[in-house]
Amino acid sequence: MMRNLLTALGLMAFSAVTFAADAVAQTEKQATNWHAIIMFCIFVALTMGITYWAASRTKSTADFYTAGGGITGFQNGLAIAGDYMSAATLLGLTAMVYGQGYDGYIYMLCFFAGWPIILFLMAERLRNLGRFTFSDITAYRLDQGKVRTMAAISSLTVVCFYLIAQMVGAGQLIKLLFGLEYNVAIFAVGILMMVYVTFGGMVATTWVQIIKACMLLCGGTLVMVLAMSQFGFSYQTLMEKATAAHKLGDKLMYPGSLLKDPVTAISLGLGLMFGTAGLPHILMRFFTVTDAKEARKSVLYASGFVAYFFNVIFLMGLAGILIVGQNPEFFEGGEIGKKLIGGGNMVAMHLAKAVGGNMLLGFLAAVAFATILAVVSGLALAGASAISHDIYARVIKKGQASEAAEIRVSKIATICLGFVAIVLGILFEKQNIAFMVGLAFGVAAAANFPVLILSMYWKGLTTRGALAGGYGGLVSAVLFVLFSKSVWVDVLGNAAPLFPYTQPALFAMPIAFLLAFIISKLDTSAAAKQEIEAFEDQYVRAQTGFGAASASAH
Amino acid sequence: MSSAMYERMRANPKFRELVARRGRFAWTLAIVVLAMFYGFVMIVAFNPGALGQPVAEGSKLTVGVAAELFMFIFFWVLTAVYVRRANTEFDALTQEVVKEAWKDQK
Repeated sequence: MMRNLLTALGLMAFSAVTFAADAVAQTEKQATNWHAIIMFCIFVALTMGITYWAASRTKSTADFYTAGGGITGFQNGLAIAGDYMSAATLLGLTAMVYGQGYDGYIYMLCFFAGWPIILFLMAERLRNLGRFTFSDITAYRLDQGKVRTMAAISSLTVVCFYLIAQMVGAGQLIKLLFGLEYNVAIFAVGILMMVYVTFGGMVATTWVQIIKACMLLCGGTLVMVLAMSQFGFSYQTLMEKATAAHKLGDKLMYPGSLLKDPVTAISLGLGLMFGTAGLPHILMRFFTVTDAKEARKSVLYASGFVAYFFNVIFLMGLAGILIVGQNPEFFEGGEIGKKLIGGGNMVAMHLAKAVGGNMLLGFLAAVAFATILAVVSGLALAGASAISHDIYARVIKKGQASEAAEIRVSKIATICLGFVAIVLGILFEKQNIAFMVGLAFGVAAAANFPVLILSMYWKGLTTRGALAGGYGGLVSAVLFVLFSKSVWVDVLGNAAPLFPYTQPALFAMPIAFLLAFIISKLDTSAAAKQEIEAFEDQYVRAQTGFGAASASAH
Repeated sequence: MSSAMYERMRANPKFRELVARRGRFAWTLAIVVLAMFYGFVMIVAFNPGALGQPVAEGSKLTVGVAAELFMFIFFWVLTAVYVRRANTEFDALTQEVVKEAWKDQK
C-alpha cells in the first residue's frame, strides 16, 4: 500500500525530469526560421536598451546584487515566475499533456504545491536575514570565513551543473527552432549574458526575466485562445473530440501508466521540491525586494502566474491532440501517428504554427530561446555574487573590501563564468546531459537546503555542524551521481553502476541533516556555545525584520 | 546597541504573541496544503479510477481535473489569505514591538 503511494508520488517527479530532459535531447537542424530570428533580435534590442538604462543605476554593490532592494513585489513575482517557467515547462509539459493527458496535469500540480509552503515557512525569514546571497543567512551567527567558503563552493557547483544543462539546451533548441548552428547559440547566449550582467547587474537581469515572463504569458494565452476558439471555447466539445481521437481514449483523463522504480522516483521528487528552495539564483530573488511585506507579495504574484500558466499549458496540450495530432503536415513523411517533425517536444511549436501561422511560431520560438537566456543570466549573477561577495569580500578581505573593488571582482567573475559556460557548452555538446538538471537540484537539496533551513529554525546548529552537513551533502550528492548509471556507465563507459539509483537526494539529504545534527551536538567548544546563544538575536530579527538590510539604506 | 534592542523585543509579551499567532497561522495553512496535496496523491496511488469518472452523467469534465483545478485556485487563495493577514495584522504588531523597544531605550 505504502509502496503504491510512493510509486505514485515518485513517478510524477520522475516523468517531470524525463520530459524536461527531452527538451535538451539531440536535435536535427531545421530550416532557417527568419520570423523567430527577427523576433528574438527585437527582444535582444529591447533588453539591451534596458541594460543601458540599468547600467546608469548600478553603482553600489546593493544595486549590482539586488537592484538596491527596490524591486516591487509585483515585479519580483513576475521575475520569479519567469525563473520558474522554463523552456522545458513550455515545451516539455505541453508535450506531456499531448501524449499522456491527465498525467501532465498531475505533474503541474506537484510543481506548484511547493510555493505556498515556501511562502508560509521560508519567504519572510529569508528576506529578514539575508542581504545579497543566502550565505548571509547561514553565516549569520557562525564562522564567516569557513561557512561562506562552504556555501560559495556548493553554490558554484549548482550554478555550473545548471549552466551546462541550459547551454546545451540552448544549442539544441537553436538548431530546432531557428535552424542555426549549435555554436551560434552557445556564443550568443554566453556573450549576451555577460553584457546583461556586467553592465546591468540585478536590475537588468530582473527586467530580462520580467519581459520574458510577459512574453511567455501572452504567447501562451494567445495560442490557447486561438486553439480553443476552434472548439467554441467549450471544454466539453474539446474533450469529446480529444478522447475520441487519442489512442488512449477515455483513459486519457485517468492517472496514467508512467512507472519507474519507486526509490528513484521519490528521490527525484525530494530533489525537485527541496532543490527549488536551495537554488542560489531563486533564493537571491528574495533579497531584491524592499521588505518582508514585498517578499510575501512576490510569492503571491509568482504562484498566481505559475498556476495560471500551467492551466494554459494543459489546454494547449489537449488542443494539440486534435489540431497537431490530426494534421499530417506535422508528421515525418506526412503520416499521422509517425514521429512528430523535430521530435515530441515540438507540440507547442506546431500548435502555434497551426493556429497563428509563421508569425506566432516565430514569436513562441523566440520566447523559448529568450527563456534560456534569462535563466542563464540569473545563474551567472548568483555565481558571480558567491565569488565576489562571499569569497572575495568576506573571506579574503574579511569584510574590508571597498564597494568599487567588490563590484569589479563580480564583473570579472561574471565574464569568467560566461567563458566557462561557453567552454562547457561546447565540451558537452555530444554528451548525454539529461542527468545535469537532476544533479543540480540534488546538490541544491543536499548541500544548500539542509544547512539553510537548520540555520533558520534550529538553535543548536554550530559552525562545525554546518560545515559537516554542507560538505557532507555536497560530496555525497556528487559521488552518488558519479557512481550511478547516468555517469559511471553512460558517460565513463563502465559495465555496471556502483550505486543503483540515478537520483541522489533521498540518500544525500539525510546524510547532510544527520551530519549537521550529530556534529553540532558533539561540538562543545566555546565558539559553539556563543553561536547557540547568538540564535536568540537572530530569531528576533528573523521574526521582526529589525536590522534587516533595506532599500532605504541608500 | 542592536543586541539590547533585540533583548527588549524578546522580553515584550507582544513579541511572544506575534510569534505564537503567526507561527500557528502559517503552520495551519501549511498543514492544510500538505494534507490536501498528499491526500490527492494517495487517491492517485490507491484509487486512480475514481479520478477518471465524470463529475456528472454525460459530462467530459472528470473528477480529477475538477479536483486539481480546485486545488490550484484554493492554494492560491490560501497564499492570498496569508499575505493579507501577515501584511496587515502581523506587520502592525511587529511595528509595535519595534517601536516599544525604541521607546524603552530613551
